[in-house]
Amino acid sequence: MAIQLYRIDDRLIHGQVVVGWGQPLNARFLVLVDDLVASSDWEKELYRMAVPPEMDIYFADIDTAIKEHGRYAGDPRPGILITGDIASMLRLVRGVKAIGSVNLGGIHHRAGRSEKLRYVFLTPDEENQLRALEGSGVEVIAQDVPSARARPLTEVLEGEAK
Amino acid sequence: MSDTEGAGPQNPKAIVVGHGEFSAGLVSAVGQICGLADKLVVLSNVGQSPQDIEATLRHELARTGARVIFTDLPGGSATIAARRIAKDNPDIVLVSGVNLATLLDFVFSSAGTPEEAARSAAERGKASLIVIERG
Repeated sequence: MAIQLYRIDDRLIHGQVVVGWGQPLNARFLVLVDDLVASSDWEKELYRMAVPPEMDIYFADIDTAIKEHGRYAGDPRPGILITGDIASMLRLVRGVKAIGSVNLGGIHHRAGRSEKLRYVFLTPDEENQLRALEGSGVEVIAQDVPSARARPLTEVLEGEAK
Repeated sequence: MSDTEGAGPQNPKAIVVGHGEFSAGLVSAVGQICGLADKLVVLSNVGQSPQDIEATLRHELARTGARVIFTDLPGGSATIAARRIAKDNPDIVLVSGVNLATLLDFVFSSAGTPEEAARSAAERGKASLIVIERG
């Protein structure tokens, strides 16, 4: 089954991931790829308590995730891999060279970002990182929950009519 | 994010935060049943970054003096944010999985401390979740 969803989401593990995607995908493990979380026992425990008992959670910094990706992808159970920002996913994609599609699930407002979708706000640098992702041969789709329409990157970057 | 009505509660005892309109709906139901919705502050995580959720929670705790936070899902972003706050504030009590029975018990509580009131309310909430047998 391997990893069914590669997701960029600044909330990391939360309801949309664990329930919204986790249930329909029957996800049995999560890989949280985040340098800060991976370096802190407290952060790891925070997110470990956020997943249901039937799900395993693995923590990795980006370099470790690149090295261990073959193990995650070879897991017979369905899984979800999450990064908290676009730059981390871009590093992972370039390091692994085996990721076909990335889900843009939630990048929220902060100074310097402009709204593209109600759940996607991007800086110009982040827009370029997404273009670089696609330039690496990866399909980039924005879709916060499975029932929402999957939007291709070109549509995301154009923004939606207010 | 907003208070339940007008300028907000005068002496709120708890913050209720969750996905979508979950909190507004629950607190509205408390008001309909007993008229004590003004003891609760409604917050939602809609459209908020993790940092925004945490900042809003901190602001409302400081503004209202509430020491109890009720959240909907143990693994939700609001619960994650509240746990970050509770880590450095031992007087904050966090209860996840809140339901209507929990809040009704809480707003009527005469317990001596927020923690006692929250623990009692949580027990009442758990006991209210039952399968009604046929016949």
